[in-house]
Amino acid sequence: MPKRIMFTMGDIACAEGAISAGCRYFGGYPITPATEIAEWMARRMPEVGGAYVQYEDEIASITSVIGASWTGTKAMTATSGPGVSLMMEAVGLAVMTETPLVLVNIMRGGPSTGQPTRGQQGDVMQAKWGSHGDYQIIALTPASVQEMFDETIRAFNLSERYRVPVFLLADETVGHMRERLVIPDEKDIKLEYRKLPTVDPSEYLPFKPDDDLVPPMALLGTKYQFYATGLTHDERGYPSDKEEVQIELITRLNNKILKNADKIVEVEEFMLDDAEIAVIAYGTPSRSAKRAIKDVRQEGIRAGLLRLKTVWPFPERHVVDLATKVKQIIVAEQNLGQIYYMVKAAASPTPVHLMTKPAGMPQLPQEIVQMIREVHSS
Amino acid sequence: MTATEAHFAVKYLREEALPTPFCPGCGNGIITNAFLKAVQDLGHEDLHGFAFVSGIGCGAWIPSPHFNADTLHTTHGRAIAFATGLKMARPELNVVVISGDGDLAAIGGNHLIHAARRNIDLTVICSNNYIYGMTGGQVGPTTFTGDRTSTTPYGNPERPFDLARLVAAAGANYVARWTTAHPVQMARAIRVALERKGFSFIEVLSQCPTAYGRRSRRGDAIRLMGWFKTLRVRKPDEPIHYQTPTAETLDLGVFADRNEKTFSESLAEIAAARR
Repeated sequence: MPKRIMFTMGDIACAEGAISAGCRYFGGYPITPATEIAEWMARRMPEVGGAYVQYEDEIASITSVIGASWTGTKAMTATSGPGVSLMMEAVGLAVMTETPLVLVNIMRGGPSTGQPTRGQQGDVMQAKWGSHGDYQIIALTPASVQEMFDETIRAFNLSERYRVPVFLLADETVGHMRERLVIPDEKDIKLEYRKLPTVDPSEYLPFKPDDDLVPPMALLGTKYQFYATGLTHDERGYPSDKEEVQIELITRLNNKILKNADKIVEVEEFMLDDAEIAVIAYGTPSRSAKRAIKDVRQEGIRAGLLRLKTVWPFPERHVVDLATKVKQIIVAEQNLGQIYYMVKAAASPTPVHLMTKPAGMPQLPQEIVQMIREVHSS
Repeated sequence: MTATEAHFAVKYLREEALPTPFCPGCGNGIITNAFLKAVQDLGHEDLHGFAFVSGIGCGAWIPSPHFNADTLHTTHGRAIAFATGLKMARPELNVVVISGDGDLAAIGGNHLIHAARRNIDLTVICSNNYIYGMTGGQVGPTTFTGDRTSTTPYGNPERPFDLARLVAAAGANYVARWTTAHPVQMARAIRVALERKGFSFIEVLSQCPTAYGRRSRRGDAIRLMGWFKTLRVRKPDEPIHYQTPTAETLDLGVFADRNEKTFSESLAEIAAARR
């Protein structure tokens, strides 16, 4: 497809991003505020040779996505908090079987049914820790309609490269806002695909990693007849209750993300060069923060923004570096403090101030201006 | 058969994964045998072209890791959902789910009826042993009223599902119920199921002497199979009556045998119109 321009909402940009990324299977279940993604995929999948199936619940949606992914088809689901809670066991299965998939969470107010039509960033820790056991995932936090498109493609690329579920964590405001979207010519979009095995089937060990800690992935229905299980397994894929097998496996599953963090993490630095006060934000609050920083600079306060485009793996190195350059850090997030604790641990002893807003509207620019002034005068 | 001649099923199995973890007297070996007999009767020299999906519990260990095929062992109850995604992405694969009654009909019951309603082209084989065997004998969705289990110490106050009638009513194209005491009929039914388009469901009553026979006092493997032999076989075209199953009144045979349009066929029509 040649370059196209749309004026559309974040949810639809996400769906178009998935299609551009090569997604050809969507397992869905309606939920506010992510329904538009399912609706768009239901329209578009038959047009591009893919399949849309609406399931009986979110558990079936994500589990079917894992099944589709094992055939080599890029696959995705999209939901919101209550659906993510139901999906969490399957996220663990995807982690353990190293299945590439993209899980979009358009974050709404919680806990429980909460405020379905209002935004929040309450699921940041859930994305990281929601399934049981010790594991790492990747989570991206887009802040605009264009990024809903771009970061969905990046989510697919990362999930394919590291064979891991990737969350697209967008607050409801980003999901429902309408902005200009540029869909590049398809030849200008860089796509990645999982490594396939090249050895003879008799020598194939489905969970033997390469140097990058990621094993090549055989596809279902090819000459490689393999076995995959959520049980702790050795390189052959066979279940094992040996202590050393468990230690080796989960250490590798963690390290393939953590040791590649520099290749995964993306941040945006805004007016940080001479900053004394840094705001750290992601998603919609980061847009308010940019406005606020421009405003306080008019008053002579040297402030800047570190916008996290990736929250998991946590951009630790970026925060550590920042903490050596600025005098104070403000974390503005649309919750009662989640990434704040990660920032505080990484930035220590630089003071970190938390600016919370656990409700529908993100921090407004003038509220962030006020916070920066207070921190500046303290 | 000479002493050196291998059993016909060995060519379909991963020998390094044997022996199976099943208890002495378990019916799952008979189901394995009948399934592979059906595969051989259909002319498959190996299991290429098949994908096996299972959930959690003893029944789920029939295919995985034992079948020398693409076998995927998923989370509890979700085998059918996993298999549906797999089938949508690779319709040419012969996708088979083998699991137990707790996995398919309790935690996975919703997926079972919805897959039957969609009439998606899957073959589902349910090893029904009337109990949660792997966890040591707790009441399940098929346990008869009054049965004693480790979590119904005073007798089961609930009524069981009749799985064959449930899945037939939900819309499957082919549904049959046999037992491990009817291995020939079971293998024939599995053959029909593998060839039939749309959703096929084979319920196999399978003895669990360790967890069910012992606690329910229905006895050892031989007594349990003796009970299976007393069950009535339905006549062809006999109307289906609905009643709460009991150990005495359960019937065997075919409960649905039709060729309604499958989910994949409906989707293909839509895709052809849209492209």
